[in-house]
Amino acid sequence: MNIIVCIKQVPGSNKAEVDPVTGVLKRDGNDTKMNPYDLYAVETAVRLKEQSGGKVSVITMGPPSAESVIREAFAMGADEGFILTDRKFAGADVLATSYTISQGIKMAGEYDLILCGKQTTDGDTAQVGPEISEYLNIPCIANVTSIEEIGDKGLTVLMDMQTAIEKCFIEYPCLVSVDKDIFLPRLPSYVKMKASKDQKINFITYEDLPDKDETKVGLNGSPTKVQRIFPPSVNDKRELFSGTAEEMTETVLTKLKENKFI
Amino acid sequence: MSYKAFEKTDYENLLKIINDDERVLYGEEINEEYSHDELGGTHSVPDAVVKALTTEEVSAVMKYAYDNVIPVTVRGSGTGLVGACVPVMGGIVLDMSGMNKVLELDEENLTITVEPGMLLMELAAYVEENGFFYPPDPGEKTATIGGNISTNAGGMRAVKYGVTRDYVRGLTVVLPNGEVLNLGGKVVKNSSGFDLKNLIVGSEGLLAVITKCVLKLMPLPKKTVSLLIPFKSLHAAIETVPKIIRSKAIPTAVEFMEREVIKDSETYLGTAFPDKSGDAYLILKFDGNSKQEIESLYDNVASICLENGAMDVLISDTDERDESIWKPRGSFLEAIKSSTTYMDEVDIVVPRNRIAEVVKYCMEISEQIKIRIKSFGHAGDGNLHIYILKDDLSDTEWEKRMKAAMKLLYEKARELGGKVSGEHGIGFAKREYLHESSHKTEMELMRGIKAVFDPKNILNPGKIV
Ligand SMILES: Cc1cc2nc3c(=O)[nH]c(=O)nc-3n(C[C@H](O)[C@H](O)[C@H](O)COP(=O)(O)OP(=O)(O)OC[C@H]3O[C@@H](n4cnc5c(N)ncnc54)[C@H](O)[C@@H]3O)c2cc1C
Repeated sequence: MNIIVCIKQVPGSNKAEVDPVTGVLKRDGNDTKMNPYDLYAVETAVRLKEQSGGKVSVITMGPPSAESVIREAFAMGADEGFILTDRKFAGADVLATSYTISQGIKMAGEYDLILCGKQTTDGDTAQVGPEISEYLNIPCIANVTSIEEIGDKGLTVLMDMQTAIEKCFIEYPCLVSVDKDIFLPRLPSYVKMKASKDQKINFITYEDLPDKDETKVGLNGSPTKVQRIFPPSVNDKRELFSGTAEEMTETVLTKLKENKFI
Repeated sequence: MSYKAFEKTDYENLLKIINDDERVLYGEEINEEYSHDELGGTHSVPDAVVKALTTEEVSAVMKYAYDNVIPVTVRGSGTGLVGACVPVMGGIVLDMSGMNKVLELDEENLTITVEPGMLLMELAAYVEENGFFYPPDPGEKTATIGGNISTNAGGMRAVKYGVTRDYVRGLTVVLPNGEVLNLGGKVVKNSSGFDLKNLIVGSEGLLAVITKCVLKLMPLPKKTVSLLIPFKSLHAAIETVPKIIRSKAIPTAVEFMEREVIKDSETYLGTAFPDKSGDAYLILKFDGNSKQEIESLYDNVASICLENGAMDVLISDTDERDESIWKPRGSFLEAIKSSTTYMDEVDIVVPRNRIAEVVKYCMEISEQIKIRIKSFGHAGDGNLHIYILKDDLSDTEWEKRMKAAMKLLYEKARELGGKVSGEHGIGFAKREYLHESSHKTEMELMRGIKAVFDPKNILNPGKIV
């Protein structure tokens, strides 16, 4: 099975800081990592390869420095890497991003399955995966919590519908975005890192795209206009109850009822 | 020494000193927690508990206890493992957990002054927010700084940064007779007579009550990277440690662990460990200011491990990955505890190139005495945590086999030039083994020092000496 995994480089710290004056997300260019949700997708891909053979390719859109997440995927067992990088791609929203990545995927060769993480820790939209599938005109299932069967024609998976778990069959070629905890991601291997040290990575620029349409990439291709970025408000209101276990249970119960939580 | 029997009038007098009936507990009001520590092998209920808030209160309580010859046992969070905070002679327990404030962060002298009841995790978070670093990192983060100082707590960064003692600059203490004394200070050097501050460090509440601590800080390293290194056998893993140390690389931590213990922690935490390939593992941690700097530090070490039979070297360089390996490591004690009916521990320290011998010896003893023994620990500093497990042995059989195993282990430590306790202290539980392992004169000197500080033997009697 040939699998392509979409991965992204995100800020290394989970504490996103917004500059209160300019409203811009503070980024420390040196402190980056692979989007934690994508680790589950890479892990899933490598496990599928271990079970049924084939090849795992990873693809990312980002600055040239995003090479580091590709190298990290090699250290986890990926075989091939693609980076979509061009000034023209900068400022892309979900739509432009999905379009650009879908173009890159068309250049990455034959595939049976595309895997994505559920969402990113910096963008948080969870939309890029499903939109890529639209551009590629292939079926898609999001929030997959388990792969039940790897068939000749497609996969049987469990999809989390919040109130129910649905078991579905999806035919190749298809796109699946996996939920957190589908598998525990392995740690990158030093041995694999050394072995893939000189491995070539395929850089793809705007000029290489099969469908060169400037109105669909980068800022130009982005209908979303960000007005303001601000940190979510944190509620640190706390109340301390004291007393015996029974008394405190009673107080908590009354509070929960008062606030209509139960 | 005979003590005054604690009476209701003593309670009333203490209440007058503290003047707050929520902070002086007597009889029924005393929670069962106060009668034991975390391991729970030593039990004894105090007559009264005083929750102190100031040095003056501590001083007044001590003076009262001194005048009336009532035993006083100081308690931090009670996370100790040798019964050190248990009032084995009854009397007063002085609960320090309410004295938990930061008094001063001195950025020019790189020191922080805190009250002794501050929890280690609160201190670590506070200094890190301000860009500083308090290196001592014992496993139990809810322990108090006072408890850490009193046991000279070690932990997982000792290989590079040393132990709690290395970070104590000054102490304010209350002597058994109530007198208040400042020892050491913000100074970096000190050559002014006997180092009394360092006598207090590690004295398990026998010499004085610590009421204020001046601690040394370091700049916060910007990045850390951990390596999880699977080996086919525990032997292969441990044998590699001296080679790592000899390579002059300075990891902050070198820990070893076995598959079996990892499995216990998976069951205990309900989460999976990120690797299953090895029967034993080393975890190494490096710190520095950038990924590149750290990579250059561990490159050679990784090669050494691979040359010595490591199956791979797995890299943990993000918070999520660190959590997947360090959270299990942090749970081992509790995990082993929950895998059996009862256990006792040995925390010997040996020169670090001898640690493989001890680990091998544990396996031999386990077979010979027919008792389950598990171990893990700080391979990089020679300190092991060895747990002897009761499982379904009868009480008498347990007592017999456990004692036999302990005796052999302490003998082995002595033979290898080691010590009874690398961390956790002596307290009540390890007294007998300290006495057996130490020179007579050494014990006499310790008793002499105790008598000079505490002529009436009211502070934490029944411990260490
Ligand atoms: C899961 C777990 C992991 C642990 N890991 C480590 C580890 O890695 N390294 C390590 O060294 N220890 C470790 N410990 C042991 C324990 O946490 C330490 O011994 C700790 O320092 C005890 O602090 P405490 O506040 O709980 O003190 P307590 O247990 O309350 O008291 C310990 C001793 O300190 C004295 N004391 C406390 N406060 C004062 C004071 N203000 N003045 C005078 N005397 C005082 C008490 O009288 C007593 O003798 C671990 C324990 C657990 C449960």
